[in-house]
Amino acid sequence: MNQIIVITGTSKGIGKAIANYYLEQNDFVIGCSRNESSITHPNYRHFSLEVSDEKAVVSMIRAVKKEFGKIDILINNAGIASMNHILTTSVETISKLFNTNFIGTFLFTREVSKVMMKQKNGRIVNFTTIATPLRLEGEAVYAASKSAIENFTQTASKELAPFNITINALGPTPIETDLIKAVPKNKIEELLNKQTIKRFGTFEDIINVIEFFVDEKSKFITGQIIYLGGVNN
Amino acid sequence: MKDKIEKIIIETLVELNEELENESLENPSSITKLYGANGGFDSLALVSFITDLEEKISDEFDKEIVLADEKAMSAKTSPFRNVESLTLYIKSLLEN
Repeated sequence: MNQIIVITGTSKGIGKAIANYYLEQNDFVIGCSRNESSITHPNYRHFSLEVSDEKAVVSMIRAVKKEFGKIDILINNAGIASMNHILTTSVETISKLFNTNFIGTFLFTREVSKVMMKQKNGRIVNFTTIATPLRLEGEAVYAASKSAIENFTQTASKELAPFNITINALGPTPIETDLIKAVPKNKIEELLNKQTIKRFGTFEDIINVIEFFVDEKSKFITGQIIYLGGVNN
Repeated sequence: MKDKIEKIIIETLVELNEELENESLENPSSITKLYGANGGFDSLALVSFITDLEEKISDEFDKEIVLADEKAMSAKTSPFRNVESLTLYIKSLLEN
């Protein structure tokens, strides 16, 4: 098939798993992270950047366009979490979270859409979290930054529909990655108990939803938010 | 630099208007209205035009610019309201 897929935050966790999944399918994956690449594969390209750095994102996407001539899929996976009580949350934390989670998603969506609109075809998948619909205590800022992504996804779906670009979002449950390493065990248990299906998610659960969103047959699916584990808004 | 920018804008307009076939964009010059009151573009055509133009300007001047502005959709003050305002706007971005 050889699809051209841009994935943000590919150095570890979910992003790395998605990148490896598509590389195994013989697609080309262009990834990025703050650090050096942790994937070695002839079909993989890596850019070291901050996803909220406008100039760096513009350069990356122009370089991708020059090399491949098109982008079929964008997966806005890069994200950071923070657990804190609002009374002890610093403004710096808020900036950091919104820069990476929201501005990063916005910039990649804007720049990749410019490529996709010319080819009159494209699929964008954003990442939210079940912390948003569950209004989880201790995750106010993280959930708010993802809430911004949800609303953006829905409006963007309207603005991008004339160009045959679909944009949807997926809200995973906790899965055993670095992002939740620092969260106390009892907090995680408590969270899993709030899900309809009370277990950790897996990379396969996430890839399954992505595959649905990016499927050629999903051209009538846009502006949708799907949460894993049976969580509802 | 100004003439070169205007030339690129006009070339891009001519190319895009092959698709749009909009009478008000035929034979474009510095006073051709683009977006806003009596402009030839609706917002969809504007974003297509801006995307094409960004790429050409970046290639020609070997500097990556982003044509995004908080006044983009303003009828009165948008830098995209006519060819002349757009030329000056791009010139200021390139000089920054």
